[in-house]
Amino acid sequence: MALMNRDQIAKRIAQEVRDGFVVNLGIGLPTLVANHIPDGMFVMFQSENGLLGLGPFPHKEEVDADLINAGKQTVTYVAGASFFNSADSFAMIRGGHVDLTVLGAMEVDQEGSIANWMVPGKLIKGMGGAMDLVAGAKRVIVAMVHRDKSGASKILKKCTLPLTGVRCVQRVVTDMCVLDLGPEGFILKEIAPGLSIDDIKSASEAPLTVSHDLREIHL
Amino acid sequence: MNKVFSDAHSATEGVKDGMLLLFGGFGLCGIPENSIAALRDRGIKNLTCVSNNAGVDDFGLGQLLQNRQIKKMVSSYVGENELFEKLYLTGELEVEFTPQGTLAEKLRAGGAGIPAFFTPTGVGTKVAEGKEVREFNGRPYVLEHSIRGDFAFVKAWKGDKFGNLIFRKTARNFNPVAAMAGNITVAEVEELVEIGELDPDQIHLPGAYVQRIFKGRSYQKRIENLTLTKQ
Repeated sequence: MALMNRDQIAKRIAQEVRDGFVVNLGIGLPTLVANHIPDGMFVMFQSENGLLGLGPFPHKEEVDADLINAGKQTVTYVAGASFFNSADSFAMIRGGHVDLTVLGAMEVDQEGSIANWMVPGKLIKGMGGAMDLVAGAKRVIVAMVHRDKSGASKILKKCTLPLTGVRCVQRVVTDMCVLDLGPEGFILKEIAPGLSIDDIKSASEAPLTVSHDLREIHL
Repeated sequence: MNKVFSDAHSATEGVKDGMLLLFGGFGLCGIPENSIAALRDRGIKNLTCVSNNAGVDDFGLGQLLQNRQIKKMVSSYVGENELFEKLYLTGELEVEFTPQGTLAEKLRAGGAGIPAFFTPTGVGTKVAEGKEVREFNGRPYVLEHSIRGDFAFVKAWKGDKFGNLIFRKTARNFNPVAAMAGNITVAEVEELVEIGELDPDQIHLPGAYVQRIFKGRSYQKRIENLTLTKQ
């Protein structure tokens, strides 16, 4: 069985980005999406701490303590960038001015609800901007592995962990497949090369409808 | 009119035990370092602090946690602070987790005379438990109350003696909205200039929101997560 690695998942998600998009990428795997934007495509990355136009990480001599991303990493900015305060940043997010957000998740369910901020009994670090992003971005894509470390499915009938948002996810890209959320639940749209429909179904706790135009993931 | 104070100690005069304090900053970026150090030295206790994050163990609000001066934090994310975890788990510290955009809007609204607002953020989650939910145009929204603080502490790059402020890059973050929501707002700046020296078109926060201003003695501007390009 050939599962996709993190970089391949990111590369697949990058295909969702269109010229002129404003995109917010969550911490971790989602940040890799920025590495796969085609040359010549104009995309502005938003960082919810107050920057539209995130650039690459800095060279040593460019480091500026006043210039960080939402993961508190030192960054740079690109031509055409702007800075703004936190209320304006979330007006942009909540007001539907961000075309796409990509987030990691612990669980996604067939209603399109997502859990990614809290595990009862474990230390809570907080939701940061995740609840606002899933409530406000025009399109919400989840990037995650299909099963957790113990092998349990993260594609569920009903999330078991405390929710980040309800009925907000449009698409999930895992190491096995691409799933859309429709009125009837998960729809299997694309499959990683070398995997079968049965492989995906047996790795999913929720039922899947197979799309009539099911295809192999093309990277 | 004199809003100018000589240092952080004099500018924090009047902060008392049990007060509700607002802080600008995101992580360690753009935090009012000098005011926080002065609050630590004053030893005031039982504070409720509204701040997106809680600093690190030995810097930023972490210093007030070390001194057990904080009773309650209102924050969106506190992952970088081990002491915070310990105090939280032992019940010494109360925490109200608030989504980042809701927190920013609570401050903005508080400063703008709006007592509460409906937001889509958090509907159907723990955050909305016990709160009014109302539908507008077929979509549910949760009622959130705004925040006003006894004092707000913010940090800007440049300011003038009327309190007009200019921030630098992502160090702006929560500073303008915290400043709006303080009954007494204390701004510390890297550069304090005469009235008239700042271009009115470039001012991010008008001086009406600022009651006290001082030039910070020094700025460590610590970097929490130094990340360099691999190219």
